[in-house]
Amino acid sequence: MLHRLRFIPGRILQAIPVAFGVTILVFLMSHLLPGNPAVAILGSHATPASVAALSKHLGLDKPLWEQYWLFLTHLLQGDLGQSLTYQQPVVGLVFSAVPVTLSLVAYALVLSLIISVPLAGWAATKPSGVRDLAVRAYTLLGQGMPQFWVGIMLILLVAVRLRLFPVSGYGQTPLDHLYYLFLPALTLAISMCPTIIRSLRASTIQVLGSEYIGTARSKGIAGASLFRVHVLRNAAIPTVSIVGVNLGYLVGGSLVIEHVFAIPGLGSLMINAIFARDFPTIQGVALFVALFVVIVGIVTDVVYTLLDPRVDLANTEAVR
Amino acid sequence: MTETPLLSVRNLSLGVQRKGRATTVIVDDISFDVAEGERFGIVGESGSGKSLTLRAIANLLPAGVKVLSGTIAYRGQDLQTMPAKSRRRLAGQEIAMIFQEPMTALNPVMRVGEQIAESPRRNLGLSKSAAMDLAIDMMRKTGIPDPAHRARAYPHELSGGLRQRIMIAMALSCSPRLLLCDEPTTALDVTVQLQVLRLLEQLCEDTETALVFVTHDLGVVNQTCRELGVMYAGEIVERGRVKDVFADPRHPYTKGLLDSAPDFDQPDRELIAIAGFPPNLADRPDGCPFQPRCSFAVERCATSRPRLEPVLPVLPGREAACFETARIFQGATA
Amino acid sequence: MTTAPAPTLPPVTAARRPARSRSLRPWYRNGPLVAGIVIVGGLILVAIFAPLITPYSPTTQNLTDVLQGPSGAHWLGTDQFGRDVFTRLVWSTRVDLRIGFIAVLIPFVVGSILGGLAGYFGGWLDLIVMRLVDIFFAFPFYVMVIALVFVLGAGETSIYLAIATVSWVSYAKIVRGEVLVAKQQDYVMAARLGGFSHLRVLARHIGPNVLSQAIIYAMSDIVQDIMAIVTLGYLGLGIAPPTAEWGSMISQGQQFITTQWEQATIPGLAVVVTSLGLSWLGDGLSDLLSPDRRK
Repeated sequence: MLHRLRFIPGRILQAIPVAFGVTILVFLMSHLLPGNPAVAILGSHATPASVAALSKHLGLDKPLWEQYWLFLTHLLQGDLGQSLTYQQPVVGLVFSAVPVTLSLVAYALVLSLIISVPLAGWAATKPSGVRDLAVRAYTLLGQGMPQFWVGIMLILLVAVRLRLFPVSGYGQTPLDHLYYLFLPALTLAISMCPTIIRSLRASTIQVLGSEYIGTARSKGIAGASLFRVHVLRNAAIPTVSIVGVNLGYLVGGSLVIEHVFAIPGLGSLMINAIFARDFPTIQGVALFVALFVVIVGIVTDVVYTLLDPRVDLANTEAVR
Repeated sequence: MTETPLLSVRNLSLGVQRKGRATTVIVDDISFDVAEGERFGIVGESGSGKSLTLRAIANLLPAGVKVLSGTIAYRGQDLQTMPAKSRRRLAGQEIAMIFQEPMTALNPVMRVGEQIAESPRRNLGLSKSAAMDLAIDMMRKTGIPDPAHRARAYPHELSGGLRQRIMIAMALSCSPRLLLCDEPTTALDVTVQLQVLRLLEQLCEDTETALVFVTHDLGVVNQTCRELGVMYAGEIVERGRVKDVFADPRHPYTKGLLDSAPDFDQPDRELIAIAGFPPNLADRPDGCPFQPRCSFAVERCATSRPRLEPVLPVLPGREAACFETARIFQGATA
Repeated sequence: MTTAPAPTLPPVTAARRPARSRSLRPWYRNGPLVAGIVIVGGLILVAIFAPLITPYSPTTQNLTDVLQGPSGAHWLGTDQFGRDVFTRLVWSTRVDLRIGFIAVLIPFVVGSILGGLAGYFGGWLDLIVMRLVDIFFAFPFYVMVIALVFVLGAGETSIYLAIATVSWVSYAKIVRGEVLVAKQQDYVMAARLGGFSHLRVLARHIGPNVLSQAIIYAMSDIVQDIMAIVTLGYLGLGIAPPTAEWGSMISQGQQFITTQWEQATIPGLAVVVTSLGLSWLGDGLSDLLSPDRRK
């Protein structure tokens, strides 16, 4: 089995140019704007003098590739610049926000699985039955609801009317965090579940029709252990791949949700930075998130290989 | 024979019922017995209903296909009326099945040793290591080289012949009394076929396991089975001991099958195909199902359905469902 | 011994792949498709005839009638600037639908061309395009869109550019995949043997077959784009006020969630209905264009 993991070094090597590309894109985002970034930061009311001063300070008078080189070397040393609003290193801000966002995302993922797996299995055992139609109706609706709106609705119903959970904020202790993060995580989960359910339901239906399920039944295996040992292990494989791809969307969605629920994670950091026109911070967050997604991609491939013994990523062309 | 047969199928009919439409009968009123240690073959073309019959016994009918009438009795107990739990227990411990395509019939993400060990673990209550030892032992008995090592392989890493041996090992792991085989050698190379067949025969003889063997290949039936039933369009049209039927067929369809099969002993004999094609089951004609293709048919054949009846000379189990059998076969000149 | 008649080859009686009933049914029997057409058609009509539907203006402030609840005069009440909420709801259709439909076009064109060329010519072109795809794909949709809109300034053009920059990736992947498959087909080789230039083969032979998948994806992409527009509006990064737009309406309404909850809720429902209609329309179109490839 470890033999099949030998693709990892190659995969990481493959990811490096992508990582570089990410840095270039982030750099270009702020430096290739129409107009002067200094103007964008200071706003249109700025005086020419202050614009010139800021430009010099930001090194904007140097040629583009030199600016990128500076940017990259700083980056590799762990220096993402100074936040214009907080006057603190961006790296520090990002790193203190990361655990918050990561716990939100992980929480949402766990909730999604708790909701999706039973629903998908439920629906798949009787396709076109009543419960299947109900699940598919939810899937359709779930994709049509704006995430932030779902969050607001949850706040309205659960926090305001029923007073079961707090309206916003993050809390102090880890237990507090679980409590405060429940509604935001649930909001993300509600949006994530349709994708998982659709994939899992389809693959479960396919697995249930397979010959080897017949073989297992002929051995007298049925019910929960049939599902666990034979069905789920096979049906989960394509779904893992889909979840991996959608993790990016999940992180992106958490951005807005953090704003709705006032959670001090990367999302709030970025959005506040946007309104404060804090360039370096915006750059830092975007960079971090993108690199995170690249890493998640590699991890997904590893998990996929571990789950499906037929896969040998070292030999096949990247089927992407 | 006064003792209860191991398996007794009586008046079994299978079909598809759709709301608002007429029922399509796929298997029509068939009956046969299988004694302990017997080797019973069911021969027929694709669509004759032979696979479905097997699946009905194993309780593995595909969605939509139902038992319309009749009984399936194992050791005297009706399988359909017994509680589901008991039937499952039988499936684990006494009745086993081997499928046609071992690649799709084995769980692709589970090691083969585990898959063989699964049944003894659950049904015989063996511990994990005891079951694995049993699995390796079974693999050895089925002629798989280096079984301890091979047990850790996944199905896609093995050849077709090895996979089928795994299936056999898996099926025989709990020493079943009845083994149902659904065309187990059809998907294999001819050279491997013979090995697998011989293996099956050997193992079943050693353990006195009864075999119900479904195939379209007459050579295989000849090799492996002692008794056979010929199915056409969902009915058994001829029955008897293999050597009796092959030497002296009493149904035009059986004769047609034999005439169209290559024979090593007569390499230059002309192969004569049976004209026409199997009937549309949704639109069953009255009368004998083979009548449209039968060159011996008379008027009566189109209007009433012949039943299985003993033929002369009286031999054990020897029956044919043809009105004209006496005229066609016994009046024949050499 | 009688002989059977001369041997004849039995015709191929193997079961033909059963035609999915969906593709045999006429389009007007497809429930969801009809519902989708009705909803989307209705929304388009509402958008076009918005001024005729209500007498109020969506933007003019009326500070005497602030924050009134639903009544006969104001079906959904008024917002904090005295504007009729129902009117604003209706006028938002113009904004969100229009931008959604237009926003999907650029990535469709750009992505399909790049993906098609990459798939067809392969080699270093393919390598470059796929690397680009990987790079852009690493940025979560909203991170990119929000960052770009900020960088380009708020407003309609920025939205188009931001969405285009992010979404072209999916089209490129889809079209490239389809072209790779189509390239192997015999009809392509026949066309090339017939002396047709690459361009002609791409445009006349491969193109139509391959684009249907992209079109199907575009239908779900419109939904995603409308989501993005509404989200940007909610964050204050979208269409500038006082223009009526569902997202900014929800953002405004959030402040009054305890007293007038319908202000935050109803615009969201409008988005849900729109997405539902478009999804059904998209699914129906998918059935029509490639019935054998239903997910």
